[in-house]
Amino acid sequence: MLVGDYSNFVSKVLITMNQNLYLGVEAIGQAAIDGGISGVYAYPGTPSTEITEYIQDSRQAAEKGIRSKWSANEKTAYEAALGMSYAGKRAMVCMKHVGLNVAADAFMNSAITGINGGLIITVADDPSMHSSQNEQDSRFYGKFAMIPVLEPSNQQEAYDMVHEGFVLSEELGVPVMVRITTRLAHSRAGVFRKEEAPANPLKMPVNPTQFVLLPAIARQRYKSLLEKQDAFEKKALESEHNFLKTRNEKSLGIIACGIAYNYLKENYQNDDCPYTVMKLSQYPIPATLIHEMEKHCEEVLVLEEGYPLVEEYVKGIFKKHIKVHGRLNGALPRDGELNADLVAKALGHEIEEGAAVPSIVVNRPPALCQGCGHQDMYRALNQVMDAYSKGRVFSDIGCYTLGALPPYESIYSCVDMGASVTMAKGAADAGLVPALAVIGDSTFTHSGITGLLDAVNDNSNVVIVISDNESVSMTGGQESSAKGKIESICEGVGVDPKHIRVMVPMKKYHDLMVQTFEEEIAYEGVSVLIFRRECIQAAARRLRTEKKMNLNPKA
Amino acid sequence: MKTDIILAGVGGQGILSIATILGAAALKEELFLKQAETHGMSQRGGAVVSHLRISDKEIASDLIPKGSADIILSVEPMEALRYLPFLSRKGYIVTNTTPFINVPNYPKVEEILEEIEKQPHFVAIDADKMAGEIGNKRASNMVMLGAAAPFVNIAPEKIEAGIKAVFSKKGEEVVNLNITAFRAGLEFALANK
Repeated sequence: MLVGDYSNFVSKVLITMNQNLYLGVEAIGQAAIDGGISGVYAYPGTPSTEITEYIQDSRQAAEKGIRSKWSANEKTAYEAALGMSYAGKRAMVCMKHVGLNVAADAFMNSAITGINGGLIITVADDPSMHSSQNEQDSRFYGKFAMIPVLEPSNQQEAYDMVHEGFVLSEELGVPVMVRITTRLAHSRAGVFRKEEAPANPLKMPVNPTQFVLLPAIARQRYKSLLEKQDAFEKKALESEHNFLKTRNEKSLGIIACGIAYNYLKENYQNDDCPYTVMKLSQYPIPATLIHEMEKHCEEVLVLEEGYPLVEEYVKGIFKKHIKVHGRLNGALPRDGELNADLVAKALGHEIEEGAAVPSIVVNRPPALCQGCGHQDMYRALNQVMDAYSKGRVFSDIGCYTLGALPPYESIYSCVDMGASVTMAKGAADAGLVPALAVIGDSTFTHSGITGLLDAVNDNSNVVIVISDNESVSMTGGQESSAKGKIESICEGVGVDPKHIRVMVPMKKYHDLMVQTFEEEIAYEGVSVLIFRRECIQAAARRLRTEKKMNLNPKA
Repeated sequence: MKTDIILAGVGGQGILSIATILGAAALKEELFLKQAETHGMSQRGGAVVSHLRISDKEIASDLIPKGSADIILSVEPMEALRYLPFLSRKGYIVTNTTPFINVPNYPKVEEILEEIEKQPHFVAIDADKMAGEIGNKRASNMVMLGAAAPFVNIAPEKIEAGIKAVFSKKGEEVVNLNITAFRAGLEFALANK
């Protein structure tokens, strides 16, 4: 059974109980629908993908006419959401943490333009890098842009905060960030829904220059953002999601942020924590609450999922000398995801672990699926590249990144979306010839096109491999913005059509692929080699659907 | 009353179908539930795990603390061993013995079974074989669910009701196959625990 079926089934069961079993991401999707959005904008990225998928699959969203198609990348998604907000409607934009780097220009400036219709940016961070290149903490982006950040501790709070977030955004006149992490994103729990808010009417911004960030106007807008900071902090202080539970034991006080609050609670099952606890789920950090806490403790332990943002902040704010424990002083690890065990250790509790993992247990790294077209492309590539020194193939982010691992070991970089094209170009400019790039179809339209344009304009000597499986596969087979457009994009950017070669990556065409690689490596200029075969998982899904359709055409 | 279950397997083996049914049964009993899943990169043939927590009290952490799982329910034998630190000293390993070999250095199956047999409480069952004999290897996850049922604080009939509800759309034949598989696993566990 598919995950989606599960939710449908369970939500049916639970409608009677008024409680819904939602993944954190589903709770957010449902809250956005109930909160009155007119559109969601996103590019797939674990662990944020299912928010948008949930809205795409929702009948309720379809009936409301909520727009939900995938965007080409996070920046286009962000800007479109801002445009929807400009027009007075509520919008949500979703991405994984590194996606915010792509959208950062729009994000930072949208704090200064402010919003018209309520705008929520939901960012899903991935501490421990389960499916990511880094574990950056998006709360820093929120602080950097000086906007409110909401950090729910559980699925219900995720629902509530998104539902309330649109109102908050409209009240304060700025975008609001909802920050979650992998664990909350991909864990289910019961969630109660709230009343549905109607969509906003189309309504122009009152001030016609609000969105015109010419220096003179931008300076005014920025000042107004600065002036709002006190109001943001007041909101955080008044928020029911932030609170202080004072206790008599003064040796320690604990600040628990977002999901870390659950890990603290797990260690005090009967609500018998002897220390004063501050739960923090809405930022900016309310200084008043910190100073109140200061009265009740001699030392402070900060529990936060991500970087030591709160820990650094509180160190500088206490009026009396208070020792601060957390990720910076080693009470908790400096990196990686938190859990109840690490919190227990920081509290000095004993843990009775189970038996050790026997030494015969080996790792099972993820691998390309049997029958995947990337494999055939890599086999041909490896045969050709054997003639040269290693390290000449740059790559990108997608299933094909697994080509870095045995048995292929074909690629030598995975940095950020689109970087394969530009890094290959830079290396070729430096004299590393041949230099190749391996990029997927969706990654190419996400951020590879502009790099290809640079290569064409510079006539760089590169071979760009677009391994096209016609879907965004690593995140579960979403529709690729590139579908049916790659050759015309490459031609439009200026690649010589004679050097745009299209092949089907299959065993029987191995020799042809090898020969084509050799021909294009010999050509001094920009070549694009497109290897096109449907993702094997997508093909299996398509066949299942077709079979179902044949059995019951009406369904 | 709480049951903390580590569900283990390899990406693509469908451990979530087990969670689905237990989740449905737990909710019908008006119990609290939290279930953390693995999505993303590991789904491509990597080790996947789901933490399923069922309780009559509100549940705090989405993850099960170490040393406190009541059951490791694994649809693959090596994966059963990967999460031993989470298992309580009183907890049960319930594992399929059919290996899923997708790495070149996969250990000898006999050695894995030896390690499992070293643990104080376990049920090791060839669920693939048993499901095949019943009629369809694809029902092996229901054999595994049946084998774990004696250690879950939900009555087997209630779990069966969950199976019926989840598979009802696929027709009576599929429901019956899965119920038969569930009962076969349950019987085996009761006889071999």
